Amino acid sequence: MDFELTAEQRLILETVRRFVHEEIVPLEADLDPDASELPPHHRERLVAMTKELGFYGLDIPEEYGGPGIDLVTRTLMAFEMAQHRAGLYAPCYGVFGGAGLAQLYEADDDQKERYLHPVLRGEKRGFFALTEPSGGSDPARAIRTTAVRDGDDWIVDGEKTFISGADKADFGIVFARTDPELGRKGITCFLVDTDMPGFRVRRIIHTLRSTHYAAELEFNRVRVPGRNVLGEVNQGFAIANDRLSRNRIPYAAGCIGVALKAQEMAIAYAKARKTFGDYLSTRQAVQWMIVDNEIDLRTGRALTLEAAARADAGKPFRTEAAICKLVASEGASRVVDRSMQIHGGYGMTKDLPLERWYRELRIRRVGEGPNEIQRLIVARDVIGGSFH
Amino acid sequence: MTGVRLGKPWRDLDDAGIAALPGQLGVFQIGDAEGVVLELGFAGGRSRFGLRSAIAETAAKHERAARFRYEVTMQYWSRFEELLAVYLADHGELPVGNADRGDRRIGRIAAPGR
Repeated sequence: MDFELTAEQRLILETVRRFVHEEIVPLEADLDPDASELPPHHRERLVAMTKELGFYGLDIPEEYGGPGIDLVTRTLMAFEMAQHRAGLYAPCYGVFGGAGLAQLYEADDDQKERYLHPVLRGEKRGFFALTEPSGGSDPARAIRTTAVRDGDDWIVDGEKTFISGADKADFGIVFARTDPELGRKGITCFLVDTDMPGFRVRRIIHTLRSTHYAAELEFNRVRVPGRNVLGEVNQGFAIANDRLSRNRIPYAAGCIGVALKAQEMAIAYAKARKTFGDYLSTRQAVQWMIVDNEIDLRTGRALTLEAAARADAGKPFRTEAAICKLVASEGASRVVDRSMQIHGGYGMTKDLPLERWYRELRIRRVGEGPNEIQRLIVARDVIGGSFH
Repeated sequence: MTGVRLGKPWRDLDDAGIAALPGQLGVFQIGDAEGVVLELGFAGGRSRFGLRSAIAETAAKHERAARFRYEVTMQYWSRFEELLAVYLADHGELPVGNADRGDRRIGRIAAPGR
């Protein structure tokens, strides 16, 4: 596969690189090392800049006002946008805009009017609720939240866990079992407003990420109108599954981005730090760590771009997305770990971003489907058969 | 289970009490003599002496400050957000020192015991 950059891609990447270096990194000197948000005045200023550059809302489809940039280029941009302290989970602190929840593009016109357009205008926030206490890796079987038809409405009962953003959201995309006999074909997707009686954020779940947390949700006989069914009744799992595959590509790209920066830092430090009369960079033990970093980086980068290229070409990309997610998350974890080792004691401190990336990358091996599930996906695709 | 309040005992805000504080990261509340919370805060990675300096600096902003209580935690951001959400659920408004949040949303969480 040929990944020679076009002149346009080079220009875009140079612009993004300069933006990160000149606009984002200097602000981090004054922010808390775990911060994931910018002060409002900086955010507004930088959003205006990305709009001026034509890069705002990168992942929004062109027909909804997005800039219409292909996924390979967006992946290359994601490598750059992650190269700062908050870059893994808050690339450029969100000033390039988000796409909202991808499932909303499959909504009907009425739902788009009530949910998608307000999200794109920044007026409403949503959350995605699939995982339950009974499990998240096998949602088709684990989902115990039920929705039972009552006239034109549905009554939703159950609980969800590890849900991001629910406590500050206006609505959620919630998956519930509507036919217990049909397995994965008995799940339906609902748009649930957070002010509907019976919805409750039960508790916050603290994790390795200090600024972002998950929440546990309770649905106690929540009455949801029939017009809030997203897609077809009993076809909700297909909506969830498509989203899970597609998200794995930018998820991998973020891992590679911070690992690229960690490698750059490790090389610079190794060339500046002397021990026993010579630079670390002359020590074979350190050289090999840097070489192993490079191998992990190039492997992850190539596989992530391959997945993006297949998606751009309209080819099946589920296997490639699974592979790039697991290779990038595991490889980036190793890169950051080695880079911390090269930095010695400084690598453990909050003076440098390495410790934050180390914590956050650990989550990446579980988030968006644990890497064992990625291996199952690949096994099913290359060997055949099902998950039994 | 619901959101968790900061339930540690109040301590008197004096020089000896401040000097005895740990330098670790964490969250805290500054209160008046009646135990009314004046401000919720956290000691983050940029604080000079962790809870010790963060509590002293925050208390200095409030004339009525008379007490404090704290909790050591590395998850100071998410715990701070949780404490704000629980306080809002309990009282219907934020402490005076946290009232100016700009357009940042406070999470809605079920209050403990409700």
